[in-house]
Amino acid sequence: MAELQNKISRQFPGATFEDGEILLINIADAQLHDLIKTLRDEHGFDYLVTIVGMDWKTSMGCVYYLADTGMSRFVSVKTQTEDRDNPMLHSIADLYRIAGILEREVYDFYGIVFINNPDMRRLFLNIDWKGYPLRKDYDVNDAANAPSIENERQSDLTQTWVELPDGKVERREEIVFKPEDFVVNIGPQHPATHGVLRFRTAVDGETIKKIDVYMGYIHRGVEKLCEDLSYMQTLHFMDRLDYFSAHNYHHGLCLCIEKAAGIEVPQRAVVVRTLMDELSRIASHCLFIGTFCMDLGATTMLFYTLRVREQVLDIMEKTCGARMTFNYDCIGGVMADIHPDFVKDVKELLATLEKNVAEYNKLFTGNVIAKNRLEGVGILNHDDAVSYAITGPSGRASGWACDVRKLVPYAAYDKVEFEQVVRTEGDSMARFKNRVDEILQSKHIIEQLIDNIPEGDFLAKVPKVLKLPVGHWFQVVEGCRGVFGVYIESDGSNKPYRLKLATPSLNSAAVVDHITRGQKIADLITIGGSMDYIVPDMDR
Amino acid sequence: MDNYTIDNFHSFTEWFDHLLNGCMPGWLATTIECLLVGVGLLLVYALLALFYILYERKICAYFQCRLGPNRVGPWGLLQSMADAVKMLIKELIELKHIDKFLFALAPYLVIIASMIGFAVLPWGNGLQIIDFNIGIFFLIACSSIGVLGILLAGWSSNNKFTLIGALRSGAQMVSYELSVGLSILTMVAFAGTMDVVKIVEAQADHWFIFSAHIPAIIAFVIYMIAGTAETNRGPFDLPEAESELTAGYHTEYSGIHFGFFYLAEYLNLFIVSGVATLMFFGGWMPFRVAGWDGFNEIMGYIPSVVWFLMKSFALSFVIIWFKWTYPRLRIDQLLSLEWKYLLPINLVNLVLMVIIIWQGWYFGNF
Amino acid sequence: MKEITTKSMPYDAWKDNEYIEKLVNELRESGTNVIVGSLDKLINWGRSNSIWPLTFATSCCGIEFVSLGAARFDMARFGWEVARSSPRQADFMMVAGTIVNRMVPVFRRLYDQLAEPKYVIACGSCAISGGPFRKSYHVAKGIEDIVPVDVFVPGCPPRPEAMIYGIMQLSRKMKVERFFGGVNRKMNRKQYLAEHPEENC
Repeated sequence: MAELQNKISRQFPGATFEDGEILLINIADAQLHDLIKTLRDEHGFDYLVTIVGMDWKTSMGCVYYLADTGMSRFVSVKTQTEDRDNPMLHSIADLYRIAGILEREVYDFYGIVFINNPDMRRLFLNIDWKGYPLRKDYDVNDAANAPSIENERQSDLTQTWVELPDGKVERREEIVFKPEDFVVNIGPQHPATHGVLRFRTAVDGETIKKIDVYMGYIHRGVEKLCEDLSYMQTLHFMDRLDYFSAHNYHHGLCLCIEKAAGIEVPQRAVVVRTLMDELSRIASHCLFIGTFCMDLGATTMLFYTLRVREQVLDIMEKTCGARMTFNYDCIGGVMADIHPDFVKDVKELLATLEKNVAEYNKLFTGNVIAKNRLEGVGILNHDDAVSYAITGPSGRASGWACDVRKLVPYAAYDKVEFEQVVRTEGDSMARFKNRVDEILQSKHIIEQLIDNIPEGDFLAKVPKVLKLPVGHWFQVVEGCRGVFGVYIESDGSNKPYRLKLATPSLNSAAVVDHITRGQKIADLITIGGSMDYIVPDMDR
Repeated sequence: MDNYTIDNFHSFTEWFDHLLNGCMPGWLATTIECLLVGVGLLLVYALLALFYILYERKICAYFQCRLGPNRVGPWGLLQSMADAVKMLIKELIELKHIDKFLFALAPYLVIIASMIGFAVLPWGNGLQIIDFNIGIFFLIACSSIGVLGILLAGWSSNNKFTLIGALRSGAQMVSYELSVGLSILTMVAFAGTMDVVKIVEAQADHWFIFSAHIPAIIAFVIYMIAGTAETNRGPFDLPEAESELTAGYHTEYSGIHFGFFYLAEYLNLFIVSGVATLMFFGGWMPFRVAGWDGFNEIMGYIPSVVWFLMKSFALSFVIIWFKWTYPRLRIDQLLSLEWKYLLPINLVNLVLMVIIIWQGWYFGNF
Repeated sequence: MKEITTKSMPYDAWKDNEYIEKLVNELRESGTNVIVGSLDKLINWGRSNSIWPLTFATSCCGIEFVSLGAARFDMARFGWEVARSSPRQADFMMVAGTIVNRMVPVFRRLYDQLAEPKYVIACGSCAISGGPFRKSYHVAKGIEDIVPVDVFVPGCPPRPEAMIYGIMQLSRKMKVERFFGGVNRKMNRKQYLAEHPEENC
């Protein structure tokens, strides 16, 4: 890292550095684009983990988290502007394709305009929304934003700010769909969007020409809510983002807070957390297989996979006391000790798991119709996967070995053996098969841990009122759908000053337009299903 | 007329016809007969549809390790009855910006098309409504009216989903009509007649699927595939593909208008399996082996209506089985299956059948 | 296990599922026409035994609704499994999940598209009051402000058993209605158009 710092400081004399767990480079907006371009091209930081919008009261800005594809090095870049009324930064949408939508999110929350971003519409909130909700001076109870049953105003125009050669910035409007396009509106209430996501789809016959993704139909403002709650209280929202990887998300936030507060977690809790993560991965992938097959018309599969999911939920229920929103991981360990039957039940589950997976493969994977529907459909190549930051099983289907459990081991993952399931085809079938295979890998991990749960405490001593020191922390974990990143900035109080959740589903939805062009409408369902996004997870 | 089974409706209908003609003028007798037949047909139609809905729900439940409806009435038998009562009084939503006449006409076209098909089905020994020499042809002809209703429904709803659903359906049904027609033609060539009664009687000793062996089996498989597609059922249920088009061509229909589409789907399922029974499995003819008189007599004790219904239900079971097992095809795959595979196979099969007839390589003699 | 007690509610009241049915019988006894009454009975039998849900889910509760359809809870037993994707063909809406500001008009339109008689079940704390997200800037504080609600099913998310109970309560509630006694639609078309002249185009 010191070497990188030297090189950068030679090239960009204006840059200042803050050492920490992850190197932070402070840079002025004018040099931002060049710096990130240098980082990407010369130092191999191909993967944009997230863009954190920030309001420091005196100034506004962004923190960019970058990593290389092997996730061996992380670096963060911070830039800010003092102009609160008309904040502008330069876009990096031409460097990372995912940056386009991440910048839209920042614009939506903070009103920071990104110059040269081709599509600067609001992302989650409707176009008439007053104010920018994550700014510190935003009035949450503004009557102008009260819910209304009037249809929201639609606009077919996007706006972009273009920098002219003389340095002036000009606002331009561009049209999204041409008047001659036949636009079919899929969603927000549609059985195949897996929640309330909306695709405006321009079609030519049955062939898709363009998709415009609308989000925000389940945007609940979790990040803003967290700023008013103590650290312990923020945890329960993690259950309700990606409700299938509730344990994993809890785990991520807990790790980040524990890292910041310097709390050591007892070994028993570490192992139990790992076990719970893997169990929920099994349940999540089972449900994925079921709903995906249901989207393709093979309804019966759903019932076979839900059988396994119910079995997992039973195990969780005995220990955590709930079927879905467990709230089990807490700061310093886990909420309660495992149920006496836990080990026995898990072993029973594992005993039948392989047989069940074989049954799924027999019923669906080998089926000639399924093969025709999935193979070669929605191909996402390796470079696009990295550029769009598609992680998790979908990214690994495009040949990108991006498993955080392996690359940046946390919890007990460095003690167990397992394989990253990587395929290179990048089509829907590869994404589907990856998830099926990951069930078996999870089984393998659990088998190694289940007999070796260490004795001892399950919860460390944690002060009743937890205050984090001033600073900021970033933590990534592997959710069921990809890399889940948590960014915490603390001002020394018992509440987070800013809590940013970088979720994998947003990226999965953003890539849909890219990989569906030229495919059939029916393939949109297949591709959307195989990306396996969870709408509350992307909207937050 | 031979007595293949214990019930013989010929004598009953003739007796009834004489009775009526004896006490009233001929035109009145004919009118009364028509009315009676009409009422009976409607009743059978409604009961069969209700039965089929429950039948499918129960079967799919067992495929999915569930129980299926079991609360309404004994073993859930009245479930579809309750659905029908509800559907009858559900609101019919009036839409703006639609073609009101065509919108209202479409469900009737669909249901009438499937109802007319009932007229030539041989329900039992002597139990059929019209018996004329182009029976099978008539059946195919009226089953293709249904697609008109679906196209109208999709078009008149003024909705993009219904339009796509209807166009898919149009493309699908027109294509698969070919395969249905050709596979039936293969069997008609073998039977040498289009008269339904004669076809059934020709199968007294050997059902066609046995006597015409290889080409009959090929024709049967093709017929089942094409028939499933013709009825818009999974894996060919693209016109109403839930995950893509919400409810396809009938998205905008509510209440009993939707009910008509829903019923017609099941009735078409029955007609498709009924025709398969007729063409390949001997219609109402009991399972008989030439020369085994004792065995034939025992088989004859089972009424012909029961034979027909049981065979049809069994074939429907296979079609339902398809639906709950396979994923759905995509529209281009669906059409290429028909035009690139089924149609050429069918044509070759027809030639094969002709060769077999010409050389006399079949069982039985007629 | 500790017995759960609630201050405002005697424990036995938890088990009382039949009070609506008793109410129905009382209403029936108090002078209904024999013919119309028995026709009403038939219709209510049909309606209350054939409740088709609209496939509508926004978040976590929707997944429990999927579990409700699966083999363990099997809502098909009651005939509720015919989930329709088109609101015109559904009977009730299980509002499973948070309704946020942007979803409100869509949700309201879905409700308007349901064919009469239509019912709404608010399922889970988000739909009832906004739940854990009540303080958010973008969440509707309960769906009761948007559409009339028939049954509330508390929980976050409610267990499938609770959902079954909720739909059963809805089914009981349906039996109180009268088809012939009252009007199916409270307002007829003419009246409506007189009040909303802008719709008449």
